[in-house]
Amino acid sequence: MSLDNEQVQHIALLARLRLADDELGETVEKLSRIVDFVDQLAAAPTDDVVPMAHPLNAVQRLRPDAVTEPDDRDHLQQNAAAVSDGLYLVPKVIE
Amino acid sequence: MTALHEMTLSGLKAGLDAGEFTSVEIVSALLGRIESLDPQLNAFITVLGEAALADAARADEARARGDAGPLCGLPIVHKDIFCMRDVRTTCGSRMLENFVSPYDATVVERLAGAGAVVLGKTNMDEFAMGSSNETSWFGPVKNPWDPACSPGGSSGGSAAAVAARLAPAATATDTGGSIRQPAALTGTVGIKPTYGRVSRYGMIAFASSLDQAGVITRTAEDSARLLGVMAGFDERDSTSIDHPVPDYVGELDVALDGLRIGIVRQHFDAGLDASCAQAVRDALAELEKRGAVLTEVDLPNLDYCVPTYYVVAPAECSSNLSRFDGVRFGYRAKDPEDLLDLYCRSRGEGFGAEVKRRIMTGTYVLSAGYYDAYYLQAQKVRQLISEDFRRAFADVDLIAGPTTPTPAFRLGDKTDDPITMYLNDIYTIGANLAGLPALSAPCGMVDGLPVGLHLVGPHWSEGRLLAATHQYQQDTAWHEAAPEAFR
Amino acid sequence: MKGQWEVVIGLEIHTQLATVSKIFSGAATAYGAAPNTQACLVDLGYPGTLPVLNREVVRMAAMFGLAVNATIAPRSVFARKNYFYPDLPKGYQISQYELPIVAGGELFIAGDDGAQKRIGITRAHLEEDAGKSIHEGFDRQSGIDLNRAGTPLLEIVSEPDLRSAREAVAYMRKIHSIVRYLGISDGNMQEGSFRCDANVSVRPRGQEKLGTRAELKNLNSFRFVERAINFEIERQIDVLEDGGEVVQETRLYDADRDETRSMRSKEEANDYRYFPDPDLLPVEIDAAWVEELRSALPELPDAKRERFVAQYELKPDDAEILTASRALADYYEAAVSAGSGAPQAVGNWVIGDLTGALNRDGLDIAESKVAAEQLAGLVDRIADNTISGKIAKEVFDAMWAGEGSADEIIAARGLKQITDTSAIEAIVDKVIAANPGQVAEYQAGKDKLIGFFVGQVMKETQGKANPGVVNQMLKAKLAG
Repeated sequence: MSLDNEQVQHIALLARLRLADDELGETVEKLSRIVDFVDQLAAAPTDDVVPMAHPLNAVQRLRPDAVTEPDDRDHLQQNAAAVSDGLYLVPKVIE
Repeated sequence: MTALHEMTLSGLKAGLDAGEFTSVEIVSALLGRIESLDPQLNAFITVLGEAALADAARADEARARGDAGPLCGLPIVHKDIFCMRDVRTTCGSRMLENFVSPYDATVVERLAGAGAVVLGKTNMDEFAMGSSNETSWFGPVKNPWDPACSPGGSSGGSAAAVAARLAPAATATDTGGSIRQPAALTGTVGIKPTYGRVSRYGMIAFASSLDQAGVITRTAEDSARLLGVMAGFDERDSTSIDHPVPDYVGELDVALDGLRIGIVRQHFDAGLDASCAQAVRDALAELEKRGAVLTEVDLPNLDYCVPTYYVVAPAECSSNLSRFDGVRFGYRAKDPEDLLDLYCRSRGEGFGAEVKRRIMTGTYVLSAGYYDAYYLQAQKVRQLISEDFRRAFADVDLIAGPTTPTPAFRLGDKTDDPITMYLNDIYTIGANLAGLPALSAPCGMVDGLPVGLHLVGPHWSEGRLLAATHQYQQDTAWHEAAPEAFR
Repeated sequence: MKGQWEVVIGLEIHTQLATVSKIFSGAATAYGAAPNTQACLVDLGYPGTLPVLNREVVRMAAMFGLAVNATIAPRSVFARKNYFYPDLPKGYQISQYELPIVAGGELFIAGDDGAQKRIGITRAHLEEDAGKSIHEGFDRQSGIDLNRAGTPLLEIVSEPDLRSAREAVAYMRKIHSIVRYLGISDGNMQEGSFRCDANVSVRPRGQEKLGTRAELKNLNSFRFVERAINFEIERQIDVLEDGGEVVQETRLYDADRDETRSMRSKEEANDYRYFPDPDLLPVEIDAAWVEELRSALPELPDAKRERFVAQYELKPDDAEILTASRALADYYEAAVSAGSGAPQAVGNWVIGDLTGALNRDGLDIAESKVAAEQLAGLVDRIADNTISGKIAKEVFDAMWAGEGSADEIIAARGLKQITDTSAIEAIVDKVIAANPGQVAEYQAGKDKLIGFFVGQVMKETQGKANPGVVNQMLKAKLAG
């Protein structure tokens, strides 16, 4: 197995995913298989190859600096689970 | 007269133009079919009954006023990945089970602007991550040709709805084959355009550099009709390209004479079902008969396509799906102990197993110490794969081959091993990595299940793909075959 | 003991760019709006939304690069910095990582030894700001306001060339002055438009290797920068001298207690997984655009200061103060050119009474109640002996109160200085006659009493007699 429980738990924490106890074993096993599978990329001859981030060789377009989005708070907050006085609520943020 | 549900988009348009029937009649007929037949398929997540009828009535009025857009009154369905204002948009996930989009995707807006009437939102693999439609929170879709089989994925609901004659046309999206593979497995036409051809604005992102919207229909002509409306520059999508949109319907009559079609040697290696191989060879012979010139081409890095994809796509998805945190929209876990608990449980409970696996794969390949070996290396191999295509298209106009290694597989068959499932997309992924337009069209049957012919072209050659398919469909009838239970 | 330690500081300054809309969306950036009323679909990270880059932020970043003699990258790339925090709606911040828009600049400050010192600028990159969390007023919860999310920031990273809190502040002030000269930021520190993080370490003098650094977060005033860095230097030296080790960590400055404290929560398992943002394409700036911007560059603080010294023969320190902001320098130059040429005197008035009045009333130079032309008129009346410096202060206060030009006030209040010697002589005689006792004392050798006689004459003339003439005449008569 290329990944162990601890590594998978760490990845899950980075990704903010809680894995149920009965999910962990299967996740470790399947993720290991995926990692083993993609490991074959190491054999590809990529010396001096430029990495490709985009399928097309295009350039970022720039938009004019103008306010085009009016306030739509009440509509946009209809999907939020907890709102008070226009603020989104979360458990207390400790700094 | 042919029943309304048997008619193509083009046939319905002709009938509406001639005043043979109304949009309300079409929509009523199809809604009735959805109500009675969809329970067998589970192709829909949301059916828009009254809203669709109201839109159809408005379309009929517009037509009566002489104010008919190119798709006025024609019924379509949207994959539930496209945001539609004031309509639930789930992306096949528990995470968005109750999400009502406050805005329209550009695709939705353009089709509505052309007068199309939306019958509903179709089922899909969760966040488009899957090749069998089994990862949907709303349950798997069944293949109309055999309910024990998968219709493919992730656009399984769109493909099944079109194959079962519940709708003549559907929007869909394709990140690694999610339009073409289900089209192949359901005997429909599915086209994924060039990356940047259709706006991604409002299409919930899976892997931004690979995702592209397209359509599933029964004929190339219908695809041309829809794509012509959807395609084109959108200032809200930085990756949308300002490239003129040709008249796809007008170009369908271009003859195949002298069209150079490349056959990829590696496509017929081990892994391809022998009967499928034969169906594809027969289709190629048919194209040759109509004047195409067949030559062999080489894609030496083909075997790297799937592993490259399974680094790039998860990497992008791990980041794209971070916005689902239970705060502004989407599933929120009950009674979180603290902030970390809110995040981990909302995401742990809101996402299904395959989505979580991909997020974790992506998190892993981007993390400190692994970035160069996985993500950067995959980007380099992606360049090699694109160069293979560039070289091939120096000699040929199109590349043709099988869409999938086998016809539809049985539900549950590939759920145990992710790699087996991933390899189902071996022929389709290359087009996404290189950003090329590609299409699957029905070209035969094996044991009562459809087989797809896969065509890939150079950037911006959608018109050529559609015309070649249209010409093929003039002499063949595979696209007319309908599953018995849904005739 | 302190002398054996060398302090090494690098600053990361976050400057909010003065655009009307956000870096990747068309929502407004105005300060002080009701919570979440300036957070649109894109800012909220709504599923399916996409970023489109504001042209103005690219222009502003390039202008800054040119102003600090840096390279403007012909091609730069936006990357995602991935982490979860409630004020970060998408779960990643769009920033620049490997290919920033500006690289390799420099500026000059007065170093601790008094000489000009070059401070290297490693890079400047564009990024989006986060929202803010509000902790007060909710039971065990925080409220999130995303109005600020997506506001454009230019992060300016210095080389670790700074050697004291004083140098750090001088550098920060110079950057502050440059961005305001360029008009790319309002530099408002109260509103958070200009803030900085400081990387601070100490090492034994002579050692090449850098010591372990602590990052001080979110310092939003010049005073806090100085105090936080000084506290941190002391703390690190104490740790090292006690035989301990400095831990690499993020620390927050607490202004109320004047100390820095560890923010362990920020440290936990940080792995930002930067990668190129696939929703954005590479930004290209061609040579023609760079040249167009270069030709539009205004005169910058250093050049202006040198010109002021050369052209107006100002004391260098005064020139430094007068060029600290472009508006102040413009005011000064307007006043000089409106008057009949007393540049140092004009400078003294701007730095002294005018700045004092502005500070007292909490006004900006643009809001000054005395226009440059008015101030020039006042200085001219002093120069031509119409009024004395003392009366001039009264005239200035009257101008500030809106009573008109210096000439109008002098006329209306009858403040014109008396230079007619016969008129002054009569008063001098009167004062001498009225104070025989003091005359005797003076003549017995108590020279200091001359001040008393001058004061008496000025009192009689209500300050309008020319003090030089009075002095001379008194001395002559008393000696008599």
